[in-house]
Amino acid sequence: MPLTVRSSAFSTVIDGAKYAESHEFVTIEDGVGTVGITDFAQSELGDVVYVDLPEVGATVSKKETFGVVESVKAASDVYSPVSGEVVAVNEELADNPALVNSSPFEDGWMMKVKLSEPSETDSLLDASAYKAHCEADH
Amino acid sequence: MVPFAGWSMPIQYKDSIMESTIWCRENGSLFDVSHMCGVSLKGKDATSFLEKIVVGDIASLADGTGTLSVITNEKGGAIDDTVITKVNSDHLYLVVNAGCREKDLNHIEGHMAEFKAKGGDVNWEIHDERSLLAFQGPKAAGILQGMTKSELNTMYFGQFRMIDLNGIPCWVTRTGYTGEDGFEISAPDERTLELTEAIMAGEGMRLCGLGARDSLRLEAGLCLYGNDLTQDITPLEAGLAWTIGKRRREAWDFLGGDVLKAQHAAGIKKRRVGLVIKGAPARSHAEIQTADGQTIGEVTSGGFSPNLKKNIAMGYVEKKFGKAGTELKVLVRGKLNDAVVTKMPFVQTTYFKG
Repeated sequence: MPLTVRSSAFSTVIDGAKYAESHEFVTIEDGVGTVGITDFAQSELGDVVYVDLPEVGATVSKKETFGVVESVKAASDVYSPVSGEVVAVNEELADNPALVNSSPFEDGWMMKVKLSEPSETDSLLDASAYKAHCEADH
Repeated sequence: MVPFAGWSMPIQYKDSIMESTIWCRENGSLFDVSHMCGVSLKGKDATSFLEKIVVGDIASLADGTGTLSVITNEKGGAIDDTVITKVNSDHLYLVVNAGCREKDLNHIEGHMAEFKAKGGDVNWEIHDERSLLAFQGPKAAGILQGMTKSELNTMYFGQFRMIDLNGIPCWVTRTGYTGEDGFEISAPDERTLELTEAIMAGEGMRLCGLGARDSLRLEAGLCLYGNDLTQDITPLEAGLAWTIGKRRREAWDFLGGDVLKAQHAAGIKKRRVGLVIKGAPARSHAEIQTADGQTIGEVTSGGFSPNLKKNIAMGYVEKKFGKAGTELKVLVRGKLNDAVVTKMPFVQTTYFKG
């Protein structure tokens, strides 16, 4: 999927994705959402040293915790921006959790979810709204 | 920036905690630890007074040397840990934790009033007019040597000197909270910025915040008061029996000494241990279990070690499970992860002992 990358003084957003205010993103293709945390989120957390992900086959719900990202200083819950069944998780993160820092929108993705309620994504933020949300946070 | 014991403190500067922790061990880092509270006890009875409330053999310290010690309560628990320096027999200098300042000062003041009422000669000075910098890492000594005529290669771990650094009158102790060679430098407030700039002009020096300070002390196996040491934990349980001087261990003549004497005779039931943990990092309050599921203690601090690239922690377990190599489990978010009791410090310390 071609992604347009926009950088700001704070962090990068990508145009193809939808965003939750809690700083997760989802990109959707053929009814399957790829979920991860944003560049803004990874830069706030600092070096990621461990990622707890759900099992494939598990059900996740919008705004509910689906995993935990551990940085050197703390453990942070991450929330699913969509509901559905987990069809894949990024196994690479077990050995290389720092991918979340170096490539949050691509190699550092966390899970793929088969959407049970595709209309849910309507209420997520687009790239410009999310960017404004991050800037307001600072 | 975060609020910390009434101060606003940086968790990190420009570097990430990971980078900053590694940088200190490979190069050198400067920490602003002015939040910590420096206190001088002066008077001809300062030593005998202090020995009533701490476990260390202060009388036997040579002038210009210091040691880690513990301020105990009536139950032998730790009110605080502190580095005590004997400047000379009439002047002792302590640095206590910022988070314990009020509690410690009230405690000292109460006992001092009692001591003086019986004719003891002791007074205190609280050094709010001074700032404290910690300068740590393998390059620290070289840079500091360029700022003073005092020969630092004859100043060993734990030693103290009142010397000028670039003409600034400083109190320098060769100590720290990282496991590295380094110094803690007390300077007059109005010249601390100048001193900081002079040190930071040294090649490869970086500022280090609270986040990396915590990682460094954990790697060095040093207690964080409030987590690994509390008023309900005794120095014997905390692995700090070595701070109780031999003479003190015969007389047990300090606050809570009777309790510690009994505990020493009966043997401790729990002890502080180091753990290396697989899977997710274990943080404070994570439950520690045996392989067969019996709960035997909890983690008091833990995280990912930037230098060792693995999860390390310290915690308290029943004594019989405290031997290095013992395989245990740690419960993190409902998952039991493998843990091995490991000797501390986790990293090799590089204290300058000549």
